Amino acid sequence: MSERMVIPFGPQHPVLPEPIHLNLVMEDEKVVDVLPSIGFVHRGLEMLVKKKDFNAYTYVAERVCGICSYMHGMGYCQAIENIMGIEVPERALYLRVIGAEFSRIHSHLLWLGLCADAFGFESLFMHTWKLREQILDIMEEITGGRVIFSAVKIGGVKRDLDEAMLTKILDILNDLEPQIKEISSVFIESVTVRHRLEGVGVLSTEDAISTGAVGPMLRASGVSQDMRKLNYAAYGQLDFDPIVEKNGDSMARCKVRIREIFQSIDLIRQAVKKLPQGTIDTPFKGNPDGEYFARLEQPRGEVIYYVKANGTKFLDRVRVRTPTLANLPALVKVLKGCDLADVPILVLTIDPCISCTER
Amino acid sequence: MSVFHIAKIVLRSLFSKPATGMYPFKKREYYLSTRGSIQNDIESCIFCGLCSKKCPANAIEVSRNDKQWSIDRFRCVTCNACVEACPKKCLVMKNTYTAPATIKSVDKFTKSAESQQ
Repeated sequence: MSERMVIPFGPQHPVLPEPIHLNLVMEDEKVVDVLPSIGFVHRGLEMLVKKKDFNAYTYVAERVCGICSYMHGMGYCQAIENIMGIEVPERALYLRVIGAEFSRIHSHLLWLGLCADAFGFESLFMHTWKLREQILDIMEEITGGRVIFSAVKIGGVKRDLDEAMLTKILDILNDLEPQIKEISSVFIESVTVRHRLEGVGVLSTEDAISTGAVGPMLRASGVSQDMRKLNYAAYGQLDFDPIVEKNGDSMARCKVRIREIFQSIDLIRQAVKKLPQGTIDTPFKGNPDGEYFARLEQPRGEVIYYVKANGTKFLDRVRVRTPTLANLPALVKVLKGCDLADVPILVLTIDPCISCTER
Repeated sequence: MSVFHIAKIVLRSLFSKPATGMYPFKKREYYLSTRGSIQNDIESCIFCGLCSKKCPANAIEVSRNDKQWSIDRFRCVTCNACVEACPKKCLVMKNTYTAPATIKSVDKFTKSAESQQ
C-alpha cells in the first residue's frame, strides 16, 4: 500500500470561480477520501430580514444567486403568498413559468459551456455561450435586467408581455432550437467529450437517494423526482414529464441538462399558447403571520424556502436550503475512488453554486 | 465522424461575422425596458420621501426642507421600486447606464428657486 497524502483543491481553482475547498486524500492517483469545507463567501442575507421589510426582501432573495435569481424571487414570493393567502392571477402564474424556464435554459447553457471549458474544449465553450447570450438578451427585453430580473413580486409579476413580445419569444425559440440541437449533439456524440464524461463518477440510484441528491444529479441516477410536478405556478396545467437518465455518470448528468433545455423550450411554447388574459398582480394589504415551506425546482435542483412571519412587516426568519448544499454529500460520494484528473469535472457536474449555498 | 461535427460549426463561424460586438466603435443598443439608471424630473418632485422609504438599498435621500433629492448611484441596484412608488411619476428609469467613475459620489438634484413659489 502506498503512502497517503492530502492535496488541497481550491478555494480558488480554475474550474470554477467560486470558493469551495476540498481536501483530497490521495493514494497514488486515486482519491480515497474527501473533506469539503465551505464558508468563504458567507454574506448573511438570511439575517437581512430583520432590517428589510418583507416586500423589500424580494430584492434580497433575488440576489442570493446570480443564475437562478428569478426562481429565488419566485420561491420567496410563493412562501409569502401562501402565508397571506394571496390568490395570484392565472396570467401571472404563466408569466412566471415563462421567466423561470428561460432562466433554466440560460443556466443549463451556462453549465454546458463551463463543462466544455473544464475538459479544455474551448471552442465548444464559446459556441455554447454564444447561444446563451441570446437568452440573456430576451430576458433583458422581457424583464429589464440581464442577470437580476426583479420581475416577480408578492402577488404577481411586475411586467406584462404583449402579443408582439410573445411572437418574438416564439420566433427566437424557433431560431435557437436547431442551434442548441446542433451544439448539444457535439456533447452527446463527440469522441473527445465522451472520453471525459462516460463512466466518470457513477452515482448509483441507492447512493443518490441516501445522500439526498436533488435535481439533475438525482434524475441522472434514475430517480424521477421533479419539484415542478408539485404544480406550483402554472406547471399543473402544462404537459411534461421529469427527464430521467439511467447511467448515473457524468454523461448522464450532461444529457439530463441537455434534454431539460428542450423541455423548457417546449414548456415556454405551451405557456405562451395557453397564456390567459387578465391582470398580472393582486394588490394586498397587511403583514404576513404564519410560516410556510415553499419547494421549487431550480436548474440545479430543489430549493426550499422556509419563511416564518410574526404579523409585523419584519419577518422572523427566512431559511433557504439551496440545491448545491443538498448535492455536496453526493459529490463526496462520487469523488471517492476517482482519478485526480477527473476531480474538476466531477465538481462541475453537480453544477455548484457556492454563493447560493452560503448566502 | 463526430470530430467533423464541431469542425463544421467552427468553420462556419470562421467565415461569418464575429458574434461579439466591436465595442468602442459600435455601442450596444439597450432595450426600452432595460433598467439602466434612475432620473428625477426634480421640478415636479414633491419630496414626499416614498422613494427613499421603498428603496431596498437605502440609496435615495430626500430632504424636504432643502428641496433636495439625492441618489447614491453606487448603492442603487436599479430595482425599479422607487419608480413604482412615486406618486407624481417624476422618477423614471432610463435605459442607459451611468458612466463608470473613479471616485464614488452622490448625485444631487435641487429644485430651482422659481418653481418653489
